[in-house]
Amino acid sequence: MTTETTTTSPRALARRRRRASAARFWRQYRTHRAGLFGLAALVLFALLALAAPLLVGSGVSNVTDAPGRPLQGPSAAFPLGTDQFGRDLLGLLVWGARVSLLVGLLAAVLSVAIGTLIGVTAGHFGGWYATVMMRITDWFLVMPTLVLAIALATVMSRSLTTIVVAIGVTTWPTTARLVRAQTLAVETRPYIERARALGGGHRHIMTRHVLPNVMPLVLAQTTLIISSAILAEATLAFLGLGDPTVVSWGGLLQDAREAGAVSAGHWWYLVPPGIAIAVVALAFTLCGRAVESVLNPRLGVGR
Amino acid sequence: MDRDDRGERVGVPTDAPGAPPPPAGTAEAAAGRGRGGTAYPRYVAGKVAGAAVSLLAVLVTSFFLFRLIPGDPVKYMTGGRPVSAGQLAAYREQFGLDLPLWQQFADYCGKALTGDLGTSYQFNAPVLDKITEALPNTLLLTGTAFVLYTALGVFLGTRSAWRHGRLGDRLHTGLALTLYSIPSFWLGLLLIIVLSVGAGPLPGLFPTGGMESGGEEGFAYVVDVAHHLVLPVMTLVAVEYGQTLLVTRSALLDEMGSDYLTTARAKGLRDDLVRRRHAVPNALLPTVTLVFINLGRTVAGVILVETVFSWPGLGGLFYQALSVPDLPLVQGLFFVFAAAVILMNTLADLIYPLLDPRVGR
Repeated sequence: MTTETTTTSPRALARRRRRASAARFWRQYRTHRAGLFGLAALVLFALLALAAPLLVGSGVSNVTDAPGRPLQGPSAAFPLGTDQFGRDLLGLLVWGARVSLLVGLLAAVLSVAIGTLIGVTAGHFGGWYATVMMRITDWFLVMPTLVLAIALATVMSRSLTTIVVAIGVTTWPTTARLVRAQTLAVETRPYIERARALGGGHRHIMTRHVLPNVMPLVLAQTTLIISSAILAEATLAFLGLGDPTVVSWGGLLQDAREAGAVSAGHWWYLVPPGIAIAVVALAFTLCGRAVESVLNPRLGVGR
Repeated sequence: MDRDDRGERVGVPTDAPGAPPPPAGTAEAAAGRGRGGTAYPRYVAGKVAGAAVSLLAVLVTSFFLFRLIPGDPVKYMTGGRPVSAGQLAAYREQFGLDLPLWQQFADYCGKALTGDLGTSYQFNAPVLDKITEALPNTLLLTGTAFVLYTALGVFLGTRSAWRHGRLGDRLHTGLALTLYSIPSFWLGLLLIIVLSVGAGPLPGLFPTGGMESGGEEGFAYVVDVAHHLVLPVMTLVAVEYGQTLLVTRSALLDEMGSDYLTTARAKGLRDDLVRRRHAVPNALLPTVTLVFINLGRTVAGVILVETVFSWPGLGGLFYQALSVPDLPLVQGLFFVFAAAVILMNTLADLIYPLLDPRVGR
């Protein structure tokens, strides 16, 4: 043994192992073509959303002094036409990516955080606490998610926070169930017993041993939930429950419908936002399925 | 979602396709095993009691949830018109809003038990009447779509799994995932543009919305309603069948390696018979549960599709109620939607042990 390896700190060792397992994960992920396609689409949209202030500028959603005449068809100046205020639809589409992606991400993070917290604690503590938590989870599970989210969005003020909260607090139960099952499996392993014998408390065991083991599952779940959250955001905005002052893809579709795009046959107003929603939702779903099948080949998702 | 193993989700809920949750109730059913023939009635009683508790919880939630609303509900009723303080007080009294919260709650529960869900602000008619009026229309739309998308999903899912990895499988799975990611209301709007308004050389083939043109009777009326039904049903089927397809496919894939299939083949059965008689019946077991659980997602789809196609059902009513907001109506419909999903889930739990003798006996 060289002195170098013996002096390696546990931290460096852990880092190296983590790097190796990330590399292993990536090698397997690369074999899923659909997953790669999804990832590429996501990177593209993320860059577009981040670069939106440079590409189109925040003035794009300004109703006053809009650049074009109302409801022009696609032209060289406005590749996707203009809306009823004469705003450039391509610019609005790019700008809308920011809100749709942000709300999708935040709602999914909130949902997964609640689900993980409840799942890990219910799995770790067991007893009456777990019974009560799982009852609540089951109850949320049978509720029609969107109807509950609509109800929440109706009673709260119109804002992005409302949308994030409404989606987040209605979609966590699946994650809670999955995480609890995984926690129960992890807790039977010998190293948990060892940690306990060495004096590790509840908090130590949950954060240092259980959580790292359920994280991969949580990651896959997050990706899948983002896709539903983006669809849910579009749906709420379409039903008029979104924040009317911000531009989002669902909001654009609602504007289009209210401007009579359907009966006038203005397909160029309706088609792009819908395609954007579908592509992003599909990309997240494909990534989530690829991650899932790498982590758990038995699921048969990728077969 | 419903991933709903997502999905919810529920399976997927949360709706993510592909990762079905274990069938609900398996654990309880397993506990009841070995007690002989009395286990099933006890299982039924447990499930029915559970559903009753859930329904009660929905009732309580819908009361308190809609009392969270900031501001004065009377303001919504008057729609911003200038009204005198006396009129406001009269409104409050009429709708019982002047009573203390606990008394409102007691009244609400008492009335709900007798089927009185309050009075709609917007239509000034009992909520229950509005709901019973719209219910048959929704059942017609949902029922037709449910039968079609389940049949289509199971059929394509079976074929996909049986020939998994081939081009057809990849095409069907890809298409199902894509349609699954499409917002249903957007698809509906596009279908209206292309097939009702007419795009380019295409004339308008179907009505843009509603359920009847009016004036027809007898057989002509049936044809007319069916004509109006085509586009909404098409939209619902397109966005929902993917879920069933993926669930059926992965359930069948789980069965594919089983020894009994090898045995069936070894005794000389044709491939087709092995599939239809041996593999599919087993694969359908988990599918049944998931199909019912996913009804929660279908409810969401129905609200949007009815809104887009102005279908005079519960979903369209929900949208009208939301835009006011007409709280008693929103509250009543919230209860009806939740109750429908709870009932369907309970039904799935009750049917499951009858289909799968390993569970619940």
